Amino acid sequence: MSGAGDRTVLAVEGLDVGTGHTPLLRDVTFSIARGERVGLIGESGSGKSLTALAVMGLLGEGLHARGDVRLSGRTPATRNLLEVGEREMARLRGDAVTMVFQEPMTALNPTMRVGAQVTEVMRIHGTRDTAGARARAVELLDQVGLPDPAHLARSYPHELSGGQRQRVVLAIALANDPALLICDEPTTALDVTVQATVLDLVVRGVQERDAAMLFITHDLAVVATVCERVLVMYGGRIVEAGPVGEVFADPRHRYTQGLIGASDLAGERGRRQRAALPTIQGTVPPAGRFPDGCVFRSRCAHATDECATLPGWTPRREGDGPGQGSAPGEVGRAAGYACFHPAGGAA
Amino acid sequence: MVRAVRDVSLSVGRGERFGVVGESGSGKSTLLRLICGLDRPTSGEVLVEGRSIGDQPARRLVWLRQRLQLVFQDPMSSLDPRMRVHDIIAEPLVSQGIGGDHAARVGELLGRVGLDPEAARRYPHQFSGGQRQRISVARALAPDPDILVMDEPVSALDVSVRAQVLNLVDEIVDGLDLTLVFVSHDLSVVRHVCDRVAVMSSGEVVETGETERLFAEPGHDYTRSLVAAIPDLRAALAGRSAEDLARGVGPAS
Ligand SMILES: Nc1ncnc2c1ncn2[C@@H]1O[C@H](COP(=O)(O)OP(=O)(O)O)[C@@H](O)[C@H]1O
Ligand code: SF4
Ligand SMILES: [Mg+2]
Repeated sequence: MSGAGDRTVLAVEGLDVGTGHTPLLRDVTFSIARGERVGLIGESGSGKSLTALAVMGLLGEGLHARGDVRLSGRTPATRNLLEVGEREMARLRGDAVTMVFQEPMTALNPTMRVGAQVTEVMRIHGTRDTAGARARAVELLDQVGLPDPAHLARSYPHELSGGQRQRVVLAIALANDPALLICDEPTTALDVTVQATVLDLVVRGVQERDAAMLFITHDLAVVATVCERVLVMYGGRIVEAGPVGEVFADPRHRYTQGLIGASDLAGERGRRQRAALPTIQGTVPPAGRFPDGCVFRSRCAHATDECATLPGWTPRREGDGPGQGSAPGEVGRAAGYACFHPAGGAA
Repeated sequence: MVRAVRDVSLSVGRGERFGVVGESGSGKSTLLRLICGLDRPTSGEVLVEGRSIGDQPARRLVWLRQRLQLVFQDPMSSLDPRMRVHDIIAEPLVSQGIGGDHAARVGELLGRVGLDPEAARRYPHQFSGGQRQRISVARALAPDPDILVMDEPVSALDVSVRAQVLNLVDEIVDGLDLTLVFVSHDLSVVRHVCDRVAVMSSGEVVETGETERLFAEPGHDYTRSLVAAIPDLRAALAGRSAEDLARGVGPAS
């Protein structure tokens, strides 16, 4: 592995995922440090969820993963998670690494009281005895802002609102103080006021535990609100990465630039003067239909013949060669982009 | 009695772009169904171009279908998968007995929404989400309506496609002098599209006003918390945190 500092919790290097004939993720490389909140953005079909599932060891049948995925933080670094068996993965899931999905019902058992579900995850992993787990479950439900938690613990999932269910899922995800929390569009199905509260709870939950977080969303404003660093994914590749402030204020990859332009409904001075929004032409191709070379070139207005070869990774700052990042979490491709004709960079 | 919407009074002027925002369960969809004559109000009246739509049986509302057309959120469930795009777009012409050269009209409409005329021969599943939404818009425009009602038309779309569809909405509303009623849970989208907006909560309109005014000085507590809860890229880069968003919403929601 490249020089992972002590604080690295998740190190993913050269991750490839595909079916027998179709590559879905290519050479995905990133790391997340303890206490660091990293966003993963891109349009649907970019490979964000597959990245999360590969880390969790939850890729379905028929999908193959290659590369190196290591988790550390609480215990000494694991072996390559792509090579450990399901039994070892099951020990880590729900304990050292946990996940919150968009749809809370996928994570909840409809026939079990929610308090018991929070208790169970502590008992399964042996982090508390039964009495301790019960008391802790109520505390956790309280911490995620549920009213009258002792009473609410006795409810079934269907008796709760969507926002309340997602809070229960968060309580379960935080119960064993994970080293890494992965959230995949956790607030996309929620109303905006509920989203605000849940985002606040997520950030608080990971901050209190000094946990690392990978936060997946298609909403750039949400990432900018929640995360410190961002990875931009398209066509199964990470095409740009860096601190949120730098990437969003001065995007280098043409895809990142296009995404920001298309999301910027408010325009420079508050309301747009009804000028057309900048768009990215076309749509995300289906899996297996991305072009060779730069994956974005079939939609890119700046593409040249050169873009038919795979663009290498260019560090945002000179001297930050691949694998030479020095700040916490800056392992490998911490801040850079893969584009032959990058935007910006004036500042 | 369950009241889905209560004591709502609104008027939308000709050529106006009017937004209706609210969270789930706020009554937006019920209001929309009333406006389109799909449901009847228990009391009160809906007038379109001065004519009441509340007291007529649905079959008498052909005149309304000609003047007012609807576009839904999910084009996949609102487009019949077994029909070719030509038949989908021509359907309002057929059902309203509008004559003329339907093939030519469909071709013209496809061009208007930025699709190739060749699309007429294909089926909905052969198109992406954004293209399907264009097909829905073409169908809505077929009878040459004055009023376009859109229910969350971009909520299921990715940002780049959302921008394309929002630009299309701009073009057709301006180009065809339409009156637009745009229903959305997304205040940022409504702000971009609409001149005036009604904010709904628990079946009531809590505030109506010019969009920019409503953003700058929300008059109602609910509007204030809704505006405060919207994540914004620039504000976030300037330091607005998740805690700030939640604080704007206030306790327990
Ligand atoms: N089990 C699978 N078999 C084949 N293709 C898949 C499978 N899972 C996902 N894909 C494809 O991989 C691509 C990336 O999917 P995903 O990671 O879900 O994207 P995102 O989360 O960014 O929307 C998509 O084209 C999707 O259809
Ligand atoms: S490498 Fe070429 S095609 Fe890819 S984003 Fe850069 S300019 Fe566009
Ligand atoms: Mg996904």
